[in-house]
Amino acid sequence: MDKKQGVITFINGPVVKGENMNAFTMREMVLVGENQLIGEVISLENGVSTVQVYEETEGLSLGKSIVSTGKPLSVKLGPGLLGNIFDGIQRPLEKIRKMDPNFIPEGVGLISLDFSKKWTVRISANIGDELAPGEIFGYVQETHLIEHRLMVPWGMEGKVESKVEDGQYDLEKTLLTLSGDEGQKFELKMYTEWPIRKPRIINERMKISKPLITGQRVLDIFFPIAKGGTAAIPGGFGTGKTMTQHQLAKWSDADIIVYIGCGERGNEMTDVLEEFPKLIDPKSNRPLMERTILIANTSNMPVAAREASIYTGITLAEYYRDMGYHVAIMADSTSRWAEALREISGRLEEMPAEEGYPAYLPSRLAEFYERAGYVKNLNGSEGSVTIIGAVSPAGGDFSEPVTENTKRFVNAFLALDKKLAYARHYPSINWLNSYSGYVKILEDWYKENVSEHVIELRNEMIQLLHEEDKLSDIVQLVGEDVLPDSQRLVLEIAKIIKVGFLQQNAFHKEDTFVPIMKQYLMLSLIKHLYDQASLGIKKGIPISQIKNAELFDKVVKVKYTVPNDDLKLINDISSEIDEYYENIFSKYEQVEA
Amino acid sequence: MIREYSNVQKIEGPLIFLKGIKEAKYGEIIEITLSDKEKRKGKIIKIERDIIVAQVFEGTSGMSTENLSIRFTGSPFEIKVSKNVLGRIFNGGGKPIDGGGEIYVGKNLNINGRPINPVSRKYPKDYIQTGVSSIDILTTLIRGQKLPIFSGNGMPHKELAAQIVAQAKLSNQTDVKFAVVFAAIGVTKDDAAYFRNHFEESGTIDNVVMFANYADDPVVERFSAPRCALTVAEYLAFEEDMHILVVMTDLTSYCEALREISSAREEVPSRKGYPGYLYSDLASLYERAGMLKNKIGSITFLPILTMPNDDISHPIPDLTGYITEGQIVLSRDLTNNNINPPVNILPSLSRLMKDGIGEGYTRKDHPDVANQLFSSYSKVTDIRALAQIIGEDDLSETDQLYMEFGRQFEQKFLKQSNIENRTIDESLNLSWEMLRILPKIELDRLNDEIINEYY
Repeated sequence: MDKKQGVITFINGPVVKGENMNAFTMREMVLVGENQLIGEVISLENGVSTVQVYEETEGLSLGKSIVSTGKPLSVKLGPGLLGNIFDGIQRPLEKIRKMDPNFIPEGVGLISLDFSKKWTVRISANIGDELAPGEIFGYVQETHLIEHRLMVPWGMEGKVESKVEDGQYDLEKTLLTLSGDEGQKFELKMYTEWPIRKPRIINERMKISKPLITGQRVLDIFFPIAKGGTAAIPGGFGTGKTMTQHQLAKWSDADIIVYIGCGERGNEMTDVLEEFPKLIDPKSNRPLMERTILIANTSNMPVAAREASIYTGITLAEYYRDMGYHVAIMADSTSRWAEALREISGRLEEMPAEEGYPAYLPSRLAEFYERAGYVKNLNGSEGSVTIIGAVSPAGGDFSEPVTENTKRFVNAFLALDKKLAYARHYPSINWLNSYSGYVKILEDWYKENVSEHVIELRNEMIQLLHEEDKLSDIVQLVGEDVLPDSQRLVLEIAKIIKVGFLQQNAFHKEDTFVPIMKQYLMLSLIKHLYDQASLGIKKGIPISQIKNAELFDKVVKVKYTVPNDDLKLINDISSEIDEYYENIFSKYEQVEA
Repeated sequence: MIREYSNVQKIEGPLIFLKGIKEAKYGEIIEITLSDKEKRKGKIIKIERDIIVAQVFEGTSGMSTENLSIRFTGSPFEIKVSKNVLGRIFNGGGKPIDGGGEIYVGKNLNINGRPINPVSRKYPKDYIQTGVSSIDILTTLIRGQKLPIFSGNGMPHKELAAQIVAQAKLSNQTDVKFAVVFAAIGVTKDDAAYFRNHFEESGTIDNVVMFANYADDPVVERFSAPRCALTVAEYLAFEEDMHILVVMTDLTSYCEALREISSAREEVPSRKGYPGYLYSDLASLYERAGMLKNKIGSITFLPILTMPNDDISHPIPDLTGYITEGQIVLSRDLTNNNINPPVNILPSLSRLMKDGIGEGYTRKDHPDVANQLFSSYSKVTDIRALAQIIGEDDLSETDQLYMEFGRQFEQKFLKQSNIENRTIDESLNLSWEMLRILPKIELDRLNDEIINEYY
C-alpha cells in the first residue's frame, strides 16, 4: 500500500493540522509524528486536515509527517476482551504497564487483543453450510461465565469450503473459508474489526419488556431500568454517582458489563480492579470480573481518547449483544465526555453554543443513547444493550446543557440529591424528581413475575412520600404537634420508607443486593403497618399509642434481620403487627364500652 | 540542535508571537535574551503554520519586538531534583531563592510528569492521624489521597493546614521517611512567611521543600510552581521511598492565571470565562497524587483553595470536587461564631475513608459513629430552622435534645485549639460523649451491639 503522508503545520494541545492531505478520508486513523501517535481525521478542507490526537502531544515537532492507515478508528473484536482493562482506544493497560511499570509512555502504538494467546475453539459450522453475516460458526469458552460465539463478519457470505479441526488456535488463524456467490473467497478468523463510530448492524429492534434487575430497592421497585433501555444518573460531586454505578455493575442481572471510566479518578478504577475479582457472582459462583470489561481513561489521560472511550465501550457492548447476550454499559461520566467535546471544539475555534459546548452536543448525545436497545440479531438471537450514564452537572445544577439534553434522550432519570447525601442517605436518589418511563412498559412483567399488586403499591407509597414532602413544609413552619394524627402517621410511615426501604447499605452483606421478592415483601410490610395504624387512628386512638417504637423499629430493620433466602420471617413480623394492633383495638373498645 | 531567531511579530500580555520558524516542538522551552543580556524562559504553547506562540515565565515587561534573541532548547521544561532539595526554597520556576546555590547533581525531570497507569496504582488504605477531631472522625485523611480544603478569604485555612502538617502521623509508623512539599501560588509574602515560620517552629523545616510564587511574581510562573512541586514530590516518593505530604495554596490563583493566559490567547471561554480545559488541567495536577504498586512511597495531596464569594458551585471548587477524593469545607458561620477549625461537616467528605477505618484500622465503631454524627447533625440544621420560627421552648423534648447536641458538638467536638492534638481514640470517645446527649432510639445508624458496647 502506498503510504499517504501529510506534514504537520499546526499544534494546539490534542489538535493537530496537516497540509498536503487531499487523499485522506474523514474519520480515518492516522499516525502522527516521530512517535507515531495515534490520531483521527476530524475535518478536511483544501488539503488541510485536522486531526485529534489520542496521546500527549508535547514534544511533537512542526514539519513532521502524518501517515495514513487507510482505515477508520476501529476496535478489534474477539476473545480476550472480558476481564480486561483498556484505555479509551482499546489498548490494554496491563500491556502498557509492561512497557513502563508506573506511568503511561507516549507512542505506545496500536495494540489491542493478545494475538499470541491460544484459545480452544469448537467449530459448529459444517462444510457446505450456507453462512450469512452474523451467523454463529464456532465457540470459544472465553471465561467460565461467558461463551464467546464466533460470528461471520459483516460483508462476508457464502458456502463453507474448508474448516479447521476443533483445537487450540491463536486469533490470526484462519478457521473457516467461505466461497461467495461470485466466487469470492472469505477467510474467517477468531476476531473482526469494527469502526467505533458506526452502530453494528442488527435485524430489528424489539419492544422493551424486561427489567434490568439491580437488587437496589429504589431502582427495582420505584424507578426501574429496562433491559435495552437508557438511564441517566445526574448528581453533583459527593452525591454517590460512582458508588451507584459500581453497585449496578456488581449486581445487575446483565450477562456482561462494560464499565467506562471516562475522565474520572484513577483510584476509582483501581478500586474496581481490586474489588471485582474478589466479588463472586451469586448465580455462578465465579468472580464478577469474568463478565466485566473495563475501559479507563482517567481525567489526566489524553482528552481526545476520553472522547473516543464512550464509542469504544458501546461497540464492544454491541458485539456481545450480537452473540445474544444482555449487556449493560455504565458510563461514568458522560459529562466528562461532553467536556472533551467542548475542549476539542474550543481548540478547533468552532462557534460555541450554550456554556461553550459545541452546537452538536445534543446530536452526539442522541447518537450515543440511541445505540441502546433490545434487538433481534442477524443470527436470530435476542440481545440487549442497556446504557446507564452518569452525569456530573456543573455546580450540581440540573439546568446545565449536558443534563438538560441527556434528559431528552433517556427514559429513566435518577436524580441524586445533595441534601440526602449530606445526611448520608444512600443511594441518594431523590424520589420526588426522579422518574422512570419504564414503569408502565414493564407493568406486565411485574404482574407476572412479582405480584399483581406491586405497581399499585409502588404508586401508593410514592404518593405518600409526596404528601410527606408537603407536610414537612408545614412542619418546618409550625412544628409537628399541630398536625392531626392521621398526618403525623404519614410522617412516621414516610420515615420508615426512607430509612427502612429506600436507604440501602452497600457495605452490608445482606443489604447490598436484595432479591426483588424481598423488596416487594418489605414494602408490603410497611404498607400493612400503615393500614393497621390508620385503622387505629380512625378508631380515635392517639398516635402515641399507635406508634410503638419497638415495632416500628423492627419494620425498619427488616433489611438487616431478614436473610435474603428466608423471607418467611417477614410474615412473622406481619403477624406481630396484627397481634399488637388487635390488642390495642380490643383494649380501646373495652374502655369505650 | 540549537537555533537562534529574532523575528518577533507581536508581544501581548505574557505571550510572544514568533514568525518564520521552520522547526519547533510543542511544549518546547525557549530561552529569550533581552538586549541587556537578561535571560528569560518561555514555553511554546501553540504552533500555527510558521507562527509560534510562547508564554514567557518571567513576564514580558521590558521586551520589545526588536531587542530579543531567542534560542530553542529542543527540550521540555525540566528541573533538576535530588535529595538535596530538602530544606530548600525555590521560586515558581524552580530556581533557588534562599541563597543556597543551584542544585547541580540530580535527575532532570519534565515538570509535566506523565499520567499514572490506572493498573499501576495501589489503592490507598492507611489513614493519617491529623489530631483534628472533625477530620479524623468524619473526613479521615488516607495516605495517597487528594483532599482539598475549600475555604474563603479570611477563614483560617492556613492555621488548619499548618496544624495538619505539624501533627500528621501515619497509622503504622514504623521507620518511615516523611517530608512536606509546599507550594505557595500567588499568595502574599506574609502568608508564605506564616507557613515558613510554622515549619521552623515545629522543626519540620529540614524536611520541607518550598516553592514560592508570590502575588506580585510573574503570572506564568503560577503554572510551573505546582508542577515543579509535584515533580519533586514524585521523585521523593517514588525514587527515594518517602511519604510526601503536598500542601498547596492557593489553587484559586492558579486558575485565575489559567484564565488570564487563556483570554490572552483569545480562546473560546466556557463557564465564568475559564477555559474549557480547566477540568483536564486541574486533573493533570490532582491526579499526580497516589501510591504505586511497586513503590513504597506515597503522595498525599492537600490543596487549599478559596471559594470566590464562598460559593461552592463556582467552577474552581466545583471542578476540583469532581476530581479530588472528597473535600474539607470551611464555613463562614462557624468562623464568625469563633469555632475553630470551622469545618462544615455536612458538605465535607472523604471518599477513601470507607476502606481505611473501622476494625483493624482505627476502631470498629468508627464507620457507624461517623455515619450517625452526619445524620444527627443534619437533623440539627432542620431543627434550628424550626426553632428560628417557633422559638426553642416550643420544640418537642427530643428536638430540644438535638439543639443541645448541636451546641455541644460545635463547642466541644469541632472546636479545638491550634496545638491540641487528639488521638483517634480520644476523638471517638468524644463522639460518644456527644451522641449520649441523644436518646438511644434516635441513633438509627448504630446497631444494638455497638450501642450496648459504647453508649
